[in-house]
Amino acid sequence: MTNVDYFKDQFEQLQDSGPATAITELRTDGFHTFNKSGLPTYKLEEWKYTNISSLFDKAYQFANADQAVQLSDIDAIRLAGHEQANELVFVNGRFIPALSTIRSTETQLVILALEEAAKGKYQEIVKAHLGQSSEYLKDGIHALNTSFIQDGLFLLIPKGQQLTEPVYIYHIADARQQNTLSQPRSLIFVEENAKLQLTETYTTLGTAESFTNEVLEIVVKENAFVEYYKIQHDGLNASQVGSTHIHQIGRSYVHTVVVSLNGGVIRNNLNLVLDAAGNETHLYGLYLLKGNSHVDNHTLVDNKQQNCFSNQLYKGIADDTSTGVFSGRIIVQPDAQKTNAYQSNKNIILSDKATINTKPQLEIFADDVKCSHGCTVGQLDEEALFYLRARGIPKEAAEVLLLEAYAADILVQIKPEPLRNHVAELIYEHLSIS
Amino acid sequence: MLSIKNIHANIEGKEILKGINLEIKAGEVHAIMGPNGSGKSTLASVLAGREEYEVTEGEVTFLEKDLLELSTEDRAREGLFLAFQYPVEIPGVSTTNFIKAAVNEKRKYQGEEALDAVAFLKMMKQKMALVEIDQSLLSRSINEGFSGGEKKRNEIFQMAMLEPKLAILDETDSGLDIDALRIVAKGINKLRNENRAILLITHYQRLLDYIQPDYVHVLYNGKIVKSGTKELALELEEKGYDFITDEADLAASL
Repeated sequence: MTNVDYFKDQFEQLQDSGPATAITELRTDGFHTFNKSGLPTYKLEEWKYTNISSLFDKAYQFANADQAVQLSDIDAIRLAGHEQANELVFVNGRFIPALSTIRSTETQLVILALEEAAKGKYQEIVKAHLGQSSEYLKDGIHALNTSFIQDGLFLLIPKGQQLTEPVYIYHIADARQQNTLSQPRSLIFVEENAKLQLTETYTTLGTAESFTNEVLEIVVKENAFVEYYKIQHDGLNASQVGSTHIHQIGRSYVHTVVVSLNGGVIRNNLNLVLDAAGNETHLYGLYLLKGNSHVDNHTLVDNKQQNCFSNQLYKGIADDTSTGVFSGRIIVQPDAQKTNAYQSNKNIILSDKATINTKPQLEIFADDVKCSHGCTVGQLDEEALFYLRARGIPKEAAEVLLLEAYAADILVQIKPEPLRNHVAELIYEHLSIS
Repeated sequence: MLSIKNIHANIEGKEILKGINLEIKAGEVHAIMGPNGSGKSTLASVLAGREEYEVTEGEVTFLEKDLLELSTEDRAREGLFLAFQYPVEIPGVSTTNFIKAAVNEKRKYQGEEALDAVAFLKMMKQKMALVEIDQSLLSRSINEGFSGGEKKRNEIFQMAMLEPKLAILDETDSGLDIDALRIVAKGINKLRNENRAILLITHYQRLLDYIQPDYVHVLYNGKIVKSGTKELALELEEKGYDFITDEADLAASL
């Protein structure tokens, strides 16, 4: 059976499995779009440098999530600082409450299955925002996720709750028996004056292929504060399209850091829609590529209202035969006067066979704005390397020191100390093993 | 300690050093002077192991080892130190961590235990006082935003920490005002001892007012054309390089 036939079969089963809700309709729309658009190919401008469709030459299955993963599997992957965190576990794309640990109280943090939220007291929120947080990248792969929304996560921080316990989401894919397709879907709603610190990580068990097609939507209201961290350090058999849509509907503050160390083919879409005057947004990214890995970061900042500020800094290192892609699009809509939008992408290439593609795009439709963008591709500073070696530090160690220093600008943007130290160690190990 | 025999060196196919001979013994201070472009900094680079220079002829023995066979880092760990003419700024690497790594790499190479944090700090405090450098500089990234004088002082501080057997000071006086020069020279003088050799590379005589060399050599057109004692430096100061270079040019044309 081809993947497409399999999806059709699975889709029908899913739609027949319960009474129709808002989500059933959404899935139907999604599946229509998927059938119409198919998987994106390199012929689409947005997918020029990243070939997802060829990954689907292999047959994938939606693996059973019920008993696949034990608590001991989770113990092995917990992030530093987990003792104080709300730990949410997804297995094969499904949110599994039984494996999750919630430490905040119900007044501080609402956690529900997405399907439950669509029926009860939060149904208006789900209806208004699920699949609505951004109009961009509603392409075939995104639609595929929407077609199969099942055991999704709904997370809400009520008004005024400055959540002190961070939220950690562990995505686990079980590829021990077969090639596994996981499609996590989450809607996060951060109400007025609330604060959320969210981190996502990804782990594949087993050696078959794992493909994660994630969609995460975060809606941020007036005076809310969101920190979002994404740490990608999975096996080379683990590929991923991760789409994060952040919709700032009230004047709010958002800070994001995406760190990509290991993986197969990774595509990150980070879309920020600045939909209230005075929004402030910071986007940071770090990709340290080696072997044959391929990491593509697409960012989009859509300035819809006036007086918004955004700053982006993405830094990368490409070694061996790896490929790094950065595409940063900034749109300034006609009403978005007094926009300040900055973007910078810096790269170091360590090998003749590594590739970096970088593409900044500014689309400005207002006249009173300050925008800048820039990109660089260079090499390790030979003079600095010689200086360190001339003091007795061996070449390999000197290179690691310089690369760590290069990554440090992004690392410091991970604000919680335990998490920052954790990532610093991952970076050191990753750079030290050649 | 250091024996240089008939060294020839090229960069990008152009011959810069054309047969240099020099013997330096423990405890001695040698000064190499010469006009711009004579090959002074090339000599320092070749000794420290800069890869863009190609040695085409000759040999260098350092503490009975073939120096040219050693990597840059091994030369440093054997006890050779180069104070850079232009110390490099390295954002993101803390000076203290860097020096600690360097000290411990050297100790490891020589079969000694790494210093623990307490012992390292104690050593640092002591050497800081010796070369009059401020703690605040050392907690910053390597040379980042340092003034010219601060960079040079940091070089001498590193020399104090690494306790080299041979220190090559490449134009350490360049870019310093008189006060900074005095502090740097004072630091170097304190590091002079009977077991350590120092090779001063300088364009001007003024550094030699503060650090008295045992020997002075004049480098011109890739060769040492004259050697003498510190009086030679004074003569150069008075008459300029011409009196030697004209002589050398004449000799070469014959």
